[in-house]
Amino acid sequence: MRLSPSFNRSLWVFHVNSGSCNGCDIEIVAALCPRYDPERFGIKLVGSPRHADVLLVTGPVTHQMRDRVKRVYDQMAAPKVVMCVGTCGQSGGVFYDSYNLDGPLDQVIPVDVYVPGCAPRPEAIIYGVVQAIAKLERLEKEVRS
Amino acid sequence: MSQKKAPYELPIGPIHPALKEPINFTFKMNGEVVEEVDFAPGRAHRGIEWMGMRRNPVQILHLCDRICGICGVAHALVFAQAVEQIAGVEVPDRAYYVRTIIAEFERIQSHLLWAGVAAHELGFDTLFYLAWQIREESVDVIEYITGNRVNYAIMMIGGTRRDITPDMFPRIEQALQYYEGLFEKMVNLFLNDKTIAMRCRNTGILTKRRALELATVGPTARASGLAMDVRTDSPYAAYGDLDFDIILPEVYSNETVGDVYDRIVVRIFEVKQSIDIIRQCLRQMPDGPVLAEEKYPKLLMNLKKASGEAFARVEAPRGEDMHFVRMNGKQEAPEMWKVKASTYSNQMAWIEILQGEQIADIPVIIASIDPCMSCTDRVAVVNQKGEADVLTKEYLHRLSVEKTRRMQG
Ligand code: SF4
Repeated sequence: MRLSPSFNRSLWVFHVNSGSCNGCDIEIVAALCPRYDPERFGIKLVGSPRHADVLLVTGPVTHQMRDRVKRVYDQMAAPKVVMCVGTCGQSGGVFYDSYNLDGPLDQVIPVDVYVPGCAPRPEAIIYGVVQAIAKLERLEKEVRS
Repeated sequence: MSQKKAPYELPIGPIHPALKEPINFTFKMNGEVVEEVDFAPGRAHRGIEWMGMRRNPVQILHLCDRICGICGVAHALVFAQAVEQIAGVEVPDRAYYVRTIIAEFERIQSHLLWAGVAAHELGFDTLFYLAWQIREESVDVIEYITGNRVNYAIMMIGGTRRDITPDMFPRIEQALQYYEGLFEKMVNLFLNDKTIAMRCRNTGILTKRRALELATVGPTARASGLAMDVRTDSPYAAYGDLDFDIILPEVYSNETVGDVYDRIVVRIFEVKQSIDIIRQCLRQMPDGPVLAEEKYPKLLMNLKKASGEAFARVEAPRGEDMHFVRMNGKQEAPEMWKVKASTYSNQMAWIEILQGEQIADIPVIIASIDPCMSCTDRVAVVNQKGEADVLTKEYLHRLSVEKTRRMQG
C-alpha cells in the first residue's frame, strides 16, 4: 500500500447499521473520538450518503435492511469505496445460521475493504480506512487516465 | 404564498449514522408539533432466540454478548443465572463479586456513552467528545479485566472466565479516582448548564403514574420518580451484600418532573453510584475460585442432563433485563429461550413523551430513554398532496442545533 505524499482529499464516511449488535458501531464512533482523532486527516462521519466517499457497513444485513443498504450504496457518487466492518458482515459471524440474514454483505453490494474482528478495535478500523484511501486514489487515477 | 398546514406524516428511519439500531418512526405532525407517534422496530431482527435454541448454553453466552454490544454483560449474566438455577450450579462467592464489578463498569461506560449521544443531539459536540473521551478510561479498564473492549466474553455458567486478582486493584482504583475527580465537572457541564436546562427541562415529560402504567424500567422509570431497581428489589450477584440506594432525581433537585433533564440527572449520579459499588466490591471480595466447574466437557454434560425452567432478571444499564430458559434434560440446547431487554419495556413511553413536542426536540427525546435503537436518518415529509420530500438526519440535527442557538439568544 502506498499513499501519495499528501492526501489530495479528505475522506468523508457514511455509516450504515444493517442490523448489527452495536458493538462495531460503538467502536466506529470511538475511533472518531479524540483519543484517535482521525479528523486530523479529514476523516469525518457525514449524515448523507451523497456526501460520502466511503461507506462503512456494520452488521450481518438482515432481510429488512437489504434493500436499504443497496439504496444507500446507489445514492453515493463514484468513485466510492465500501468497507465491511465486523466479522458478522463477512461471514455471518455468531449469527451464521440465522434465518433472517441476506448477508454476507458482499452478496448484496461490492465490498472493497474488510475489517475482521468482533468487534474490531478502533485501530483496525482506522487502518481499514487508510486502505480505503489508497484504493480511492487508485480509482481516481483510473478515472483520470 | 402561504398555505395552511394540515396534519402531515413524517416517517423517520431506519438508518442512523451513529450508534444505534435501525427503527422506523412515523409522526403525524401539525406544523412543528407532534400529534401522534407510531414506530416499527424489528429491522435488527437476527433471530437470536431461534439460533439459541440450536446451540449449547456455553455457546449461547457468546451469542448473548452480541444481542447488544453495549450491554453484553447484562444479557450474558442473566442467561447464566437462569441456567445456573435450572442446573443447580453453585457459583463461588468470588465470582459474584467479579460479576458485579464488571457489570458496574459496563454501566459507567454505557451511561457516559449515552451522555455523549444526548449532548450530540442537543448540538453540543464538544460535550459529546468530552463524554466519549472520558468513557475510554472505563473501556480501558474493561479491556484490562476481560481482554476485550466490547463483547467482553467474561461470563461463564457457574462463574466467570477470568479473576480479578489483587495486583489488578491499583489500576481499577486509578480509574475510580479518575472518575471521582471528574464527577464535579460532569455535574457542572451537564446539569448546571443553562442551555441544557432550557432544552431539557419540561421536555418529554413522563409522569410517575404513566411511567408505572407503561411499565417502564431502569433510569427512565427512576427519572419519573419510581423507586425501582432490580439490584435492590431482588438482589443478584453480590448486590445483596453491598450498601447503596436507588438514585432518584431528588438527589440533585428537590422536584421530580420526569423530563429529559431528570433522566440526565439519574444517569450522571448512577455513574457515581457505580464507583461506590465497585469500591465496596474491591474491599469485600472473598478469596476462592471464580468458576464452579473448570472442565467444559463436564460442565456441558451436566447441563445437558439438567431439566426445568427458570426466569432471571438483572438491572442492565437501561433497566430490567429478563431471560426465561427451559431445558428438557434430553438435548444440549435449551428447549425455550426468551429474552426481554429493557428497551422493549421503555419504548412504549415514546408515544407518550413525544406527543405535543416540537420536531427539533424529537432527537433528544428519542435518545432520552437510551434506546437500544434510534434512527433519525432519512426523513421523508409527505404533505397532503402526497409529494415526498426527503430530509436527512442532518436536517433534523440542524433543527435541533438551531433551537439551542435560538435559546442561547
Ligand atoms: S461483528 Fe460482532 S461486534 Fe460487530 S456487529 Fe457483528 S456481532 Fe456485533
